[in-house]
Amino acid sequence: MYAIIAGGGKVGFFLARELIEQGHEVLIIENVGERAEFISNELGNVVLRGNADEASTLAEAGAERSDVVVAVTGDDEDNLVICQVAKKRFGSQRTIARINDPRNEGIFRVLGIDATVNATQMMLSVLEQEIPHANLVPLLRLRNTDVEVVEAVLDQRSRVTGTALRHVDLPPESTIAVVIRDGSAFFPNGSTVLQPGDEVVALTRSTHEPRLRSLFFRER
Amino acid sequence: MGCGRVGARLAQMLTVAGHEDTILDIESSAFGRLGPDFKGTTMLGNGIDQELLRRAGIERSDAFVAATQGDNRNIMASQIAQHVFGVKRVVTRIYDPLRSSTFAALGLHAISPTIIGANSFYEELTGDKAPALPI
Repeated sequence: MYAIIAGGGKVGFFLARELIEQGHEVLIIENVGERAEFISNELGNVVLRGNADEASTLAEAGAERSDVVVAVTGDDEDNLVICQVAKKRFGSQRTIARINDPRNEGIFRVLGIDATVNATQMMLSVLEQEIPHANLVPLLRLRNTDVEVVEAVLDQRSRVTGTALRHVDLPPESTIAVVIRDGSAFFPNGSTVLQPGDEVVALTRSTHEPRLRSLFFRER
Repeated sequence: MGCGRVGARLAQMLTVAGHEDTILDIESSAFGRLGPDFKGTTMLGNGIDQELLRRAGIERSDAFVAATQGDNRNIMASQIAQHVFGVKRVVTRIYDPLRSSTFAALGLHAISPTIIGANSFYEELTGDKAPALPI
Protein backbone atom coordinates (compact mmCIF):
# COMPACT_ATOMS: atom_id res chain seq x y z
CA MET A 1 0.00 0.00 0.00
CA TYR A 2 1.13 3.55 -0.73
CA ALA A 3 -0.12 6.00 1.90
CA ILE A 4 0.29 9.76 1.80
CA ILE A 5 0.14 11.30 5.26
CA ALA A 6 -0.61 15.02 5.39
CA GLY A 7 0.82 16.52 8.57
CA GLY A 8 3.96 15.39 10.37
CA GLY A 9 2.87 16.12 13.93
CA LYS A 10 2.76 13.41 16.57
CA VAL A 11 -0.15 11.54 14.98
CA GLY A 12 1.37 11.65 11.48
CA PHE A 13 4.82 10.69 12.71
CA PHE A 14 3.77 7.63 14.73
CA LEU A 15 1.32 6.52 12.05
CA ALA A 16 4.12 6.64 9.47
CA ARG A 17 6.52 4.77 11.74
CA GLU A 18 4.03 1.93 12.28
CA LEU A 19 3.11 1.69 8.58
CA ILE A 20 6.77 1.61 7.54
CA GLU A 21 7.39 -1.14 10.08
CA GLN A 22 4.56 -3.14 8.47
CA GLY A 23 6.32 -2.80 5.12
CA HIS A 24 4.11 -0.14 3.51
CA GLU A 25 5.28 2.73 1.35
CA VAL A 26 4.70 6.04 3.11
CA LEU A 27 5.22 9.72 2.38
CA ILE A 28 4.66 12.44 4.98
CA ILE A 29 3.91 15.97 3.79
CA GLU A 30 5.11 18.50 6.36
CA ASN A 31 5.42 22.26 5.91
CA VAL A 32 7.65 23.16 8.86
CA GLY A 33 11.30 22.70 7.81
CA GLU A 34 12.61 21.82 11.25
CA ARG A 35 9.95 19.20 11.78
CA ALA A 36 10.50 17.73 8.30
CA GLU A 37 14.20 17.42 9.09
CA PHE A 38 13.47 15.67 12.39
CA ILE A 39 11.20 13.16 10.65
CA SER A 40 13.73 12.33 7.93
CA ASN A 41 16.42 11.86 10.58
CA GLU A 42 14.17 9.40 12.42
CA LEU A 43 12.40 7.59 9.57
CA GLY A 44 14.57 8.14 6.51
CA ASN A 45 13.72 9.65 3.17
CA VAL A 46 9.94 9.68 3.59
CA VAL A 47 9.22 13.41 3.89
CA LEU A 48 8.12 15.96 1.35
CA ARG A 49 8.32 19.54 2.52
CA GLY A 50 5.28 21.53 1.44
CA ASN A 51 1.64 22.35 2.00
CA ALA A 52 -0.60 19.35 1.50
CA ASP A 53 -3.60 21.54 0.72
CA GLU A 54 -1.89 22.72 -2.46
CA ALA A 55 -2.55 20.55 -5.49
CA SER A 56 1.03 20.95 -6.72
CA THR A 57 2.36 19.36 -3.52
CA LEU A 58 -0.06 16.46 -3.78
CA ALA A 59 0.94 16.01 -7.43
CA GLU A 60 4.62 15.92 -6.44
CA ALA A 61 3.76 13.36 -3.76
CA GLY A 62 2.23 11.09 -6.40
CA ALA A 63 -1.33 11.38 -5.12
CA GLU A 64 -2.78 9.83 -8.25
CA ARG A 65 -1.04 6.51 -7.60
CA SER A 66 -1.63 6.48 -3.84
CA ASP A 67 -3.99 4.02 -2.20
CA VAL A 68 -4.95 6.30 0.63
CA VAL A 69 -4.54 9.93 1.70
CA VAL A 70 -4.63 10.48 5.46
CA ALA A 71 -5.01 14.07 6.69
CA VAL A 72 -3.89 14.42 10.30
CA THR A 73 -3.00 18.08 10.80
CA GLY A 74 -4.33 19.83 13.90
CA ASP A 75 -6.90 21.88 11.96
CA ASP A 76 -10.20 20.41 10.79
CA GLU A 77 -10.55 22.88 7.92
CA ASP A 78 -7.12 21.92 6.54
CA ASN A 79 -7.88 18.19 6.82
CA LEU A 80 -11.19 18.66 5.02
CA VAL A 81 -9.66 20.61 2.13
CA ILE A 82 -6.72 18.19 1.76
CA CYS A 83 -9.11 15.24 1.44
CA GLN A 84 -11.43 17.06 -0.97
CA VAL A 85 -8.55 18.17 -3.22
CA ALA A 86 -7.11 14.64 -3.19
CA LYS A 87 -10.47 13.19 -4.21
CA LYS A 88 -11.47 15.78 -6.78
CA ARG A 89 -8.14 16.40 -8.53
CA PHE A 90 -6.38 13.07 -8.07
CA GLY A 91 -9.26 10.64 -7.76
CA SER A 92 -7.93 9.27 -4.47
CA GLN A 93 -9.52 5.92 -3.72
CA ARG A 94 -9.72 6.55 -0.04
CA THR A 95 -9.39 9.63 2.15
CA ILE A 96 -9.24 9.56 5.92
CA ALA A 97 -9.36 12.69 8.07
CA ARG A 98 -8.59 13.46 11.67
CA ILE A 99 -11.31 15.60 13.25
CA ASN A 100 -10.86 17.63 16.42
CA ASP A 101 -14.33 19.11 16.95
CA PRO A 102 -16.91 16.26 17.16
CA ARG A 103 -19.54 18.59 15.68
CA ASN A 104 -17.66 18.55 12.37
CA GLU A 105 -18.24 14.85 11.81
CA GLY A 106 -21.48 15.42 9.91
CA ILE A 107 -20.11 17.86 7.35
CA PHE A 108 -17.12 15.59 6.59
CA ARG A 109 -19.54 12.75 5.92
CA VAL A 110 -21.80 14.90 3.74
CA LEU A 111 -18.79 16.04 1.70
CA GLY A 112 -17.71 12.50 0.94
CA ILE A 113 -14.67 11.96 3.16
CA ASP A 114 -14.45 8.17 3.43
CA ALA A 115 -13.59 7.91 7.10
CA THR A 116 -12.94 10.19 10.04
CA VAL A 117 -11.14 9.66 13.32
CA ASN A 118 -12.10 11.85 16.21
CA ALA A 119 -9.98 11.55 19.34
CA THR A 120 -12.26 13.85 21.33
CA GLN A 121 -15.29 11.69 20.58
CA MET A 122 -13.39 8.49 21.36
CA MET A 123 -12.23 9.87 24.69
CA LEU A 124 -15.79 10.95 25.45
CA SER A 125 -17.17 7.49 24.68
CA VAL A 126 -14.63 5.85 26.97
CA LEU A 127 -15.45 8.32 29.74
CA GLU A 128 -19.17 7.67 29.37
CA GLN A 129 -18.61 3.93 29.60
CA GLU A 130 -16.67 4.51 32.81
CA ILE A 131 -19.73 6.07 34.47
CA PRO A 132 -22.34 3.32 34.62
CA HIS A 133 -26.01 4.07 35.34
CA ALA A 134 -25.45 7.71 34.61
CA ASN A 135 -26.59 7.89 31.06
CA LEU A 136 -27.30 6.45 27.70
CA VAL A 137 -23.95 5.08 26.52
CA PRO A 138 -23.36 5.44 22.78
CA LEU A 139 -21.81 2.16 21.61
CA LEU A 140 -21.50 2.96 17.93
CA ARG A 141 -23.01 4.85 15.05
CA LEU A 142 -23.85 2.81 11.96
CA ARG A 143 -21.62 3.86 9.09
CA ASN A 144 -22.94 6.71 6.91
CA THR A 145 -26.21 6.98 8.83
CA ASP A 146 -27.56 8.80 11.88
CA VAL A 147 -28.58 5.49 13.46
CA GLU A 148 -26.96 4.90 16.84
CA VAL A 149 -26.60 1.82 18.98
CA VAL A 150 -26.94 2.85 22.63
CA GLU A 151 -26.87 1.04 25.92
CA ALA A 152 -28.55 1.79 29.23
CA VAL A 153 -28.72 0.14 32.64
CA LEU A 154 -32.23 0.59 34.03
CA ASP A 155 -32.98 1.47 37.63
CA GLN A 156 -36.18 1.76 39.72
CA ARG A 157 -36.92 5.23 38.42
CA SER A 158 -37.02 4.17 34.81
CA ARG A 159 -40.41 4.58 33.14
CA VAL A 160 -39.93 1.47 30.98
CA THR A 161 -39.80 -1.01 33.85
CA GLY A 162 -42.77 -2.90 35.28
CA THR A 163 -44.99 -2.81 32.18
CA ALA A 164 -45.14 -5.08 29.17
CA LEU A 165 -43.14 -3.52 26.32
CA ARG A 166 -46.19 -3.33 24.06
CA HIS A 167 -47.63 -0.73 26.46
CA VAL A 168 -44.42 1.31 26.58
CA ASP A 169 -44.48 4.48 24.50
CA LEU A 170 -41.14 4.25 22.68
CA PRO A 171 -40.01 7.26 20.61
CA PRO A 172 -40.46 6.84 16.84
CA GLU A 173 -37.75 4.98 14.92
CA SER A 174 -36.41 3.42 18.09
CA THR A 175 -36.26 -0.20 19.05
CA ILE A 176 -35.02 -2.18 22.01
CA ALA A 177 -32.91 -4.88 20.37
CA VAL A 178 -31.41 -6.89 23.19
CA VAL A 179 -31.81 -7.16 26.96
CA ILE A 180 -29.09 -8.52 29.21
CA ARG A 181 -30.42 -9.86 32.52
CA ASP A 182 -28.36 -11.77 35.09
CA GLY A 183 -25.54 -12.13 32.59
CA SER A 184 -27.53 -13.63 29.72
CA ALA A 185 -28.94 -11.90 26.69
CA PHE A 186 -32.39 -12.27 25.18
CA PHE A 187 -34.42 -10.63 22.42
CA PRO A 188 -37.47 -8.93 23.91
CA ASN A 189 -40.99 -9.01 22.44
CA GLY A 190 -44.23 -7.19 23.22
CA SER A 191 -44.89 -9.19 26.37
CA THR A 192 -41.42 -8.71 27.87
CA VAL A 193 -41.49 -6.79 31.17
CA LEU A 194 -38.26 -4.92 31.83
CA GLN A 195 -36.84 -4.82 35.36
CA PRO A 196 -34.48 -2.54 37.27
CA GLY A 197 -30.94 -3.81 36.71
CA ASP A 198 -31.63 -4.86 33.10
CA GLU A 199 -29.04 -3.80 30.56
CA VAL A 200 -30.79 -2.64 27.43
CA VAL A 201 -29.25 -2.25 23.98
CA ALA A 202 -31.37 -0.03 21.74
CA LEU A 203 -31.25 1.33 18.19
CA THR A 204 -32.39 4.88 17.52
CA ARG A 205 -31.86 7.88 15.30
CA SER A 206 -29.66 10.48 16.94
CA THR A 207 -32.52 13.00 16.82
CA HIS A 208 -34.67 10.74 19.04
CA GLU A 209 -31.89 10.00 21.51
CA PRO A 210 -33.03 12.64 24.06
CA ARG A 211 -36.54 11.14 24.18
CA LEU A 212 -35.13 7.67 24.66
CA ARG A 213 -32.92 8.98 27.42
CA SER A 214 -35.83 10.57 29.22
CA LEU A 215 -37.86 7.37 28.89
CA PHE A 216 -35.06 5.31 30.40
CA PHE A 217 -33.95 7.69 33.12
CA ARG A 218 -36.57 10.30 34.01
CA GLU A 219 -38.64 9.55 37.13
CA ARG A 220 -42.16 8.33 36.55
CA MET B 1 -17.50 35.82 8.08
CA GLY B 2 -14.28 37.80 8.54
CA CYS B 3 -14.19 41.49 9.41
CA GLY B 4 -11.04 42.41 7.53
CA ARG B 5 -10.90 45.27 5.07
CA VAL B 6 -13.01 43.46 2.49
CA GLY B 7 -15.52 41.99 4.95
CA ALA B 8 -16.00 45.26 6.84
CA ARG B 9 -16.42 47.27 3.65
CA LEU B 10 -18.90 44.79 2.23
CA ALA B 11 -20.91 44.82 5.48
CA GLN B 12 -21.04 48.61 5.44
CA MET B 13 -22.15 48.63 1.80
CA LEU B 14 -24.90 46.10 2.52
CA THR B 15 -26.31 48.07 5.47
CA VAL B 16 -26.17 51.32 3.49
CA ALA B 17 -28.16 49.58 0.75
CA GLY B 18 -30.80 48.66 3.34
CA HIS B 19 -29.93 45.00 3.95
CA GLU B 20 -29.77 43.35 7.36
CA ASP B 21 -26.40 41.72 8.12
CA THR B 22 -24.33 40.07 10.85
CA ILE B 23 -20.54 40.07 10.63
CA LEU B 24 -18.33 37.52 12.41
CA ASP B 25 -14.71 37.70 13.45
CA ILE B 26 -12.51 35.90 15.95
CA GLU B 27 -10.98 39.18 17.16
CA SER B 28 -13.13 41.90 18.65
CA SER B 29 -10.63 44.58 17.59
CA ALA B 30 -11.50 43.81 13.95
CA PHE B 31 -14.95 45.36 14.41
CA GLY B 32 -13.24 48.75 14.79
CA ARG B 33 -13.02 48.79 10.98
CA LEU B 34 -16.79 49.12 10.76
CA GLY B 35 -16.80 52.63 12.20
CA PRO B 36 -19.23 54.07 14.79
CA ASP B 37 -22.18 54.39 12.40
CA PHE B 38 -22.42 50.69 11.47
CA LYS B 39 -26.04 49.54 11.78
CA GLY B 40 -25.51 45.81 11.40
CA THR B 41 -24.78 43.19 14.08
CA THR B 42 -21.29 42.05 15.12
CA MET B 43 -20.59 38.65 16.62
CA LEU B 44 -17.37 37.29 18.07
CA GLY B 45 -16.45 33.74 17.09
CA ASN B 46 -15.30 31.21 14.53
CA GLY B 47 -17.43 30.79 11.41
CA ILE B 48 -16.69 27.09 11.07
CA ASP B 49 -18.51 26.51 14.38
CA GLN B 50 -22.01 25.38 13.41
CA GLU B 51 -23.47 26.38 16.76
CA LEU B 52 -22.17 29.92 16.33
CA LEU B 53 -23.56 30.13 12.79
CA ARG B 54 -26.92 29.05 14.14
CA ARG B 55 -26.81 31.74 16.83
CA ALA B 56 -25.89 34.26 14.15
CA GLY B 57 -29.18 33.39 12.46
CA ILE B 58 -27.81 31.51 9.45
CA GLU B 59 -31.00 29.43 9.24
CA ARG B 60 -33.03 32.47 8.19
CA SER B 61 -30.30 34.08 6.10
CA ASP B 62 -30.47 34.62 2.35
CA ALA B 63 -26.73 34.80 1.75
CA PHE B 64 -23.38 33.88 3.31
CA VAL B 65 -19.95 35.32 2.53
CA ALA B 66 -16.64 33.83 3.72
CA ALA B 67 -13.89 36.44 3.52
CA THR B 68 -11.29 35.54 6.15
CA GLN B 69 -7.57 35.33 5.38
CA GLY B 70 -7.67 31.52 5.41
CA ASP B 71 -8.70 29.76 2.19
CA ASN B 72 -9.48 26.51 3.98
CA ARG B 73 -11.54 28.18 6.69
CA ASN B 74 -13.53 29.99 4.01
CA ILE B 75 -14.04 26.77 2.06
CA MET B 76 -15.19 24.77 5.08
CA ALA B 77 -17.53 27.47 6.41
CA SER B 78 -19.08 27.97 2.98
CA GLN B 79 -19.69 24.26 2.55
CA ILE B 80 -21.32 24.16 5.99
CA ALA B 81 -23.55 27.09 4.98
CA GLN B 82 -24.44 25.36 1.73
CA HIS B 83 -24.84 21.74 2.79
CA VAL B 84 -25.85 21.91 6.46
CA PHE B 85 -27.97 25.07 6.47
CA GLY B 86 -29.05 25.20 2.82
CA VAL B 87 -28.16 28.89 2.34
CA LYS B 88 -29.03 29.78 -1.26
CA ARG B 89 -26.34 32.30 -2.10
CA VAL B 90 -22.83 31.52 -0.81
CA VAL B 91 -19.72 33.36 -1.97
CA THR B 92 -16.22 32.31 -0.94
CA ARG B 93 -12.88 34.09 -1.12
CA ILE B 94 -10.12 31.66 -2.17
CA TYR B 95 -6.71 33.25 -2.77
CA ASP B 96 -5.09 30.16 -4.30
CA PRO B 97 -6.23 30.04 -7.97
CA LEU B 98 -5.81 26.27 -8.18
CA ARG B 99 -7.89 25.64 -5.08
CA SER B 100 -10.39 28.17 -6.30
CA SER B 101 -10.94 26.20 -9.53
CA THR B 102 -11.13 22.89 -7.64
CA PHE B 103 -13.87 24.13 -5.33
CA ALA B 104 -15.70 25.95 -8.08
CA ALA B 105 -15.93 22.53 -9.73
CA LEU B 106 -17.29 21.19 -6.42
CA GLY B 107 -20.08 23.75 -6.45
CA LEU B 108 -18.75 26.77 -4.57
CA HIS B 109 -19.07 30.26 -5.98
CA ALA B 110 -15.41 31.20 -5.54
CA ILE B 111 -13.79 34.60 -5.93
CA SER B 112 -10.00 34.61 -6.25
CA PRO B 113 -8.51 38.05 -5.41
CA THR B 114 -5.20 36.72 -6.78
CA ILE B 115 -6.61 36.26 -10.26
CA ILE B 116 -8.64 39.49 -10.15
CA GLY B 117 -5.64 41.47 -8.84
CA ALA B 118 -3.12 40.08 -11.32
CA ASN B 119 -5.54 40.62 -14.22
CA SER B 120 -6.14 44.26 -13.20
CA PHE B 121 -2.39 44.94 -13.00
CA TYR B 122 -1.84 43.30 -16.37
CA GLU B 123 -4.55 45.35 -18.01
CA GLU B 124 -3.28 48.62 -16.44
CA LEU B 125 0.28 47.85 -17.55
CA THR B 126 -0.35 46.69 -21.08
CA GLY B 127 -3.72 48.11 -22.02
CA ASP B 128 -4.63 44.61 -23.25
CA LYS B 129 -7.11 42.15 -21.85
CA ALA B 130 -5.45 39.71 -19.43
CA PRO B 131 -4.85 36.32 -21.06
CA ALA B 132 -6.28 33.22 -19.43
CA LEU B 133 -3.71 30.91 -17.84
CA PRO B 134 -4.17 27.11 -17.68
CA ILE B 135 -5.00 27.52 -13.98
